[in-house]
Amino acid sequence: MSRIVRTAADIIYPFILIFGLYVVAHGHLTPGGGFQGGAVIATGGALVIVAYSYVEVREWLSGKVLMGQEVIGLVGFIGVALLALAFGQVFFFNYLNASGSLFGIPVPYGINAGELNTGGFVPLMNFSVGCEVWGGLTLVILYMLSGLEKEGC
Amino acid sequence: MKKMIVLLVSLLILSAFLGVMALTFTFGAPKMTDMDDYFLRFGQEQTGTNNQCTSVTFDFRGFDTLGESTVLFCAVIGVALIFRKMQAGEEHENE
Amino acid sequence: MLWNLPFITVVVLTFIGIVTVLLKKNIIKILLGINILESAVNLFLVSLGYREGGVAPIFTLAPSELMVLPTPQALTLTSIVIGVATSALVLSFAMVLYKKYGTVDIDKIRRLQG
Repeated sequence: MSRIVRTAADIIYPFILIFGLYVVAHGHLTPGGGFQGGAVIATGGALVIVAYSYVEVREWLSGKVLMGQEVIGLVGFIGVALLALAFGQVFFFNYLNASGSLFGIPVPYGINAGELNTGGFVPLMNFSVGCEVWGGLTLVILYMLSGLEKEGC
Repeated sequence: MKKMIVLLVSLLILSAFLGVMALTFTFGAPKMTDMDDYFLRFGQEQTGTNNQCTSVTFDFRGFDTLGESTVLFCAVIGVALIFRKMQAGEEHENE
Repeated sequence: MLWNLPFITVVVLTFIGIVTVLLKKNIIKILLGINILESAVNLFLVSLGYREGGVAPIFTLAPSELMVLPTPQALTLTSIVIGVATSALVLSFAMVLYKKYGTVDIDKIRRLQG
């Protein structure tokens, strides 16, 4: 694309990244969560791929890194859920809630202003799922573009 | 052509059935809300999240999200398998 | 009947989706039909959980304590993500089919297969 589009994509991409990470990190307080934030970040990647050509982007983004990100997300999700067995609870028990440690401030019932350090293991799961969706959707776009480029059309 | 007419008529009957069902629902007044009322009342104390959608997605129905993540992972693996074969230039004859 | 408008929309969208899936020959159009059907299901779930005058089930600075049901919304989120995954897979298959056969018409593909 032209120089204007490339410069605009360069300027906008960090803001998309930060907005996506905000949506992921505040998933337990405001509308959003892991899937939505990951999709927002993957949209930023698609913007960069549209602004530059696929041949240039292929050298910046490594498929192995994205695949590793996805695997880390899924394994982290299962691992966080499985860690409850070490605390003597059942699978998927929210062991961090109201424990006083990380993400462990108890929340009473009612409307409040929201505290970031709450939520038990839900923020950890948001991060792992956001990581997985980020890697997975970007990888899908890259693989489909590689099929197009091989065809030459 | 005759097959298509039969198909369209059966689809019309199906949609009429669904329409009668839709007219008997009442929008804005769900019938059974016990489980959701429990989630809204005790979700904050039991999971510590303000966003009750997230608490249902990741805590009360965590197995659902586990299966969903697995489906997403398998779909990406499938796309990768398809296009790796195309990238390697491996041509299969159509036998 | 206007107060039931979401459910009537669900019926119309379901009809359009099923007709598109059954009568079209192009794979891309079949995929569009599947997506319309999926949108109908999502709209059905969300409108089934609506409560009169309710707000979104988020307690951060909420205007009132009367909230809509959270479970249908969470399951709709699940449904949307699975729809994205299956759409990507079907589009990849369509690309492979176009590369192999030179067309995405399912009748012609079946004829070529013999």
